[in-house]
Order: sequence, then structure tokens, then C-alpha cells
Amino acid sequence: MSRMSGIGQYVPGDSSVHRLDAAAKIGVVAAFTVALFVVRGFAGLAALGAVVAAAIAISRVPVRAVARGLRAVGFIMVVTIVFNMVRWQPTEALVRLGPLAIDGAGLRMGLFFAARILLLVTGTSLLTLTTSPVQLAGGIERVLAPLKRVRVPVGDLAMTLTIALRFIPTTAEEAEQIMTAQQARGASFDAGGPIARARAYAPVLVPLFFQLFRRADALATAMEARCYRGSEGRTRLVESRMGTADWVAMLVSGGVVIAVGVLL
Amino acid sequence: MIRFESVSFRYRADAPLALDDVCVTLEAGEVVAVVGANGSGKSTLARLCDGLLEPTSGRVLVDGIDTAAPESLWDVRSMVGMVFQDPDDQIVGTVVEEDCAFGPENIGVPSAEIRVRVDSSLAAVGLQGLERREPHLLSEGQKQRLAVAGALAMRPRYLVFDEPTAMLDPAGRRAVLEITERLARAEGHGVLVVSHDITGIARADRVIGLDSGRVVFDGGPDGLLGDAGMMALLGLALSPAARLAAALRERGLDVPLSAADAESLVASLWR
Repeated sequence: MSRMSGIGQYVPGDSSVHRLDAAAKIGVVAAFTVALFVVRGFAGLAALGAVVAAAIAISRVPVRAVARGLRAVGFIMVVTIVFNMVRWQPTEALVRLGPLAIDGAGLRMGLFFAARILLLVTGTSLLTLTTSPVQLAGGIERVLAPLKRVRVPVGDLAMTLTIALRFIPTTAEEAEQIMTAQQARGASFDAGGPIARARAYAPVLVPLFFQLFRRADALATAMEARCYRGSEGRTRLVESRMGTADWVAMLVSGGVVIAVGVLL
Repeated sequence: MIRFESVSFRYRADAPLALDDVCVTLEAGEVVAVVGANGSGKSTLARLCDGLLEPTSGRVLVDGIDTAAPESLWDVRSMVGMVFQDPDDQIVGTVVEEDCAFGPENIGVPSAEIRVRVDSSLAAVGLQGLERREPHLLSEGQKQRLAVAGALAMRPRYLVFDEPTAMLDPAGRRAVLEITERLARAEGHGVLVVSHDITGIARADRVIGLDSGRVVFDGGPDGLLGDAGMMALLGLALSPAARLAAALRERGLDVPLSAADAESLVASLWR
């Protein structure tokens, strides 16, 4: 399953960033995102960039793992810069290209937006890089806990999320098996154009979904047999609590948002 | 004791009876094998034990508690642990210890107590040291032992296994079989095993044979293994070792028919 590598896949570790409570980390990332959108100039972005760089250094997550996630947004960043800097009626033309021109103000704006995207993706992927999916699901549950008052089934949602995470490898294995079986019957998944290739996956998806529904039914029976009846009255093997360090991290990041918003 | 009192069951109003007037019992400390051809009602019987299904008529009592009573349903389910055929269909947690903790979490056991139960349950099935392992990295046999540990962590009095070894290789099968027997003999659990595995049947204390939803056999394994007609009716075939044991008996040697695998046959010949 090594083929499944995406943005911000968990890198196990024991740094203070890893140990921070998932709910606290979600809070910090939320504050950081707000800060990114209230800053008005490059000085603010630079300050936030320094914060991210420090967090990466403390987390000891390999820079390569962080960079892997950025490749996906590289294209968006380039498009952002190009569309902002090329103008019909430049106010301060740097280079003229026939009727078009590269505009100085546009270039600065493009770079500003691109840098914002870069920091946004880096900051949020640091959350998933340093938090295991299970802790993340638990964190989301506790962050959303107030919604229980308005009858949002937060516990069930978190349970659904956990089960989805648990079944990703199993489902990938099953898909692989079905693909091998179809290949043995002469199916090919890499011939032809994109439409032909997409169509080749239909005979894989149909049995895969069939299998998933069967499994969901059996799993529901097994969960009932193990006394699952919603999140009401459930206890946890590991009860997560917000510690002093978590509250400090939340307060500091809140302070940074206000400071950056006011000053820069 | 789990007691079936003239239990009949049908899945839909217009469907034929899946179980027809079944009266059986399961005592603490005994291993009972349930056998029968496909569609004979074995899995239905298993699912009736803990209220996953409710009888259409008759009653199922677990230590005197009616499984059809909604107010005591969760008590019944925590008293009767279930293990199903495909381990992947019953593992919920993303790591071993988390899955093992799922049952006790659901019935609101305090964290410290869950930790104790998880550790002892994993040790009982020989999975200690794999607490943080992800389930998809376990072998099929280990996954099934995890499912057993998950049921044990509920501290049940009875364990019901629905073809627990069908997906396992011989080594995994033997391991699960030994665990079930130890749970009954040493720990005093009542164990009900739905099985096609002749070795498991031979080692059970009692065998219940089902045919088209009716109980056609209820007795010791020797009585069943010696009855060729009944074996055929229940869709069972003697293992090569048991056939040899039967042939030796015909020639006057005192070999028990329950010597269904080579090891126990050799052991009983040497005795």
C-alpha cells in the first residue's frame, strides 16, 4: 500500500508537536489560518512563515515529507502568480508582451497570494503529519462536542470516521484483488485514453461496492453484538485531556493572531 | 445456562421456518458444537443466543433473562460474546488494543479497568506485544484471535463462535480451537461453536445436529461419529484419521472414534 501517499501523511514521532493534544493542534491551526487571512503585507506573512518553520524544526518531521505535500499545490501557486501579474492595462509595466504586460503591482499581489497558499498548506499539513488519524478523529470529536447540544451526533460521526480509517487498507487490498482477478480475465487498466481507462475501472468498482455494502452490514451486526449503541455512555481506553502545554499553545497562538492582525 | 425453550424462527412472515421447535441448552464450562448442512439454521441458532435475532415463537433464556426483553438486551449481549466467521467483518479499531477495548468502552467500563481487561484478554489469546499493531498487518489467525479477545474483554459468561475457523489455515485453526477449549475447561465459560471442522467436533463435550431447522442429534461426539447415516444427513465426512480409527475398531482395537486427527490417534494407540 506504499502507493498511497498523499498530502500530510502521518509521520510518527515523539516531539513536543506530536505530543500536543489533537484538539489543541486543531485550535492552533485554526488560529493560524485566521492569522493568514488578516495579515495585509509581506511582513506579516514572513512572521507567520517563521512560526511554521519553527514548528517544523521542533516537530523534526523531515522537510522532504513537508515538501511532498507542496508539489500538489505548486501548479495552483504558479497559476495564481501568472494570472495576477499579466494585465491588459498595467499601472507599472515591467515587461511588455504585445498587448499584454507584466505589472509590478500585480506581481506583488500574485506573490502575496501564492505565499499565503504555501503557508496555509504547510501549516495544515503539519497537523496531519504529526497527528495519527485516530487521535485526529478523537480531536475532531472533542472540538465539535458543543454541537451535541443542538443534537448533532458528534460521537457517531467520529466513530464513522474511525471506521473509515480502519477500512482504508482493507478496501485497498480488496480493490487490488478484484483488479488482479479482472486482469486474469484479460482486462487492462492502462491502455487507451483517459476515458477508456476510467471505463476499465467500472468492472472493479461494481464488485468493490457490492463487497463494501456486504461488509458494512456484517460489521454493523458485529458492533451490535459488542454492545455498540451510539456514543451515549461510552468510555475510552485512553481518555484524552487538554494539559497545561495544550492550553499554553492555544493561548500563545491566539495571541499571535491578534498581534499579527493589529501590527502587520 | 443458555436455554432454548421450543424456539422457532423465520426471517420473513412468508419464509419457511429457519428454526423449528428447538429445545437445547448450553451449560457453563462445556463446549458444544453445532453442526449441519448449509441452510440448516446453525447461524440462526448462534444469533438467537444473544438477542441479535428474536424468536418468532418460544423463548431464549440466558441465565434466566429473556433475550427478547428490550430492557435487558445489553446485559444479555455483554454476557454472551460473539465471534463471527470473517475476522475483517468484526474488527472496528485501528490498532489491536483499541479494537479489544471496543466492547468494554460501549458498556461504560472505566478507563483503568478497560486497560486491565484489554491486557488480560490479549494475553489469553497470545497477542501480547502486538497492542499497537494495525489489524490489516495481522495474519488471518491473529485477526480471529483478536476477535476472540474483543469478545473476552466484555467478561462474558458464554461465548458463541459462528464458524470461527472457516477462513483459517490448519495452524490458525488449531490455535483458535485450543483457546476455545481452554476458555471452557479452565475459565468455566460456556462455549457454543458452529463448525464443519471434524477435529473440533470430535473434541467437543456435546454435539447438536441441525437439519432443516430441526434438532436431529443432541449427544456426545462418539455417538455421532459412529453413526454413518447421521453423519451423512448433517453433511459431515470423517477425517482420514477418523476413518482409520473406525476401521481399527471394526478389527477389535479399542480406539475412540473421537481420535479424529493423526496426533490423538497416535496417542490413543500408544496408551
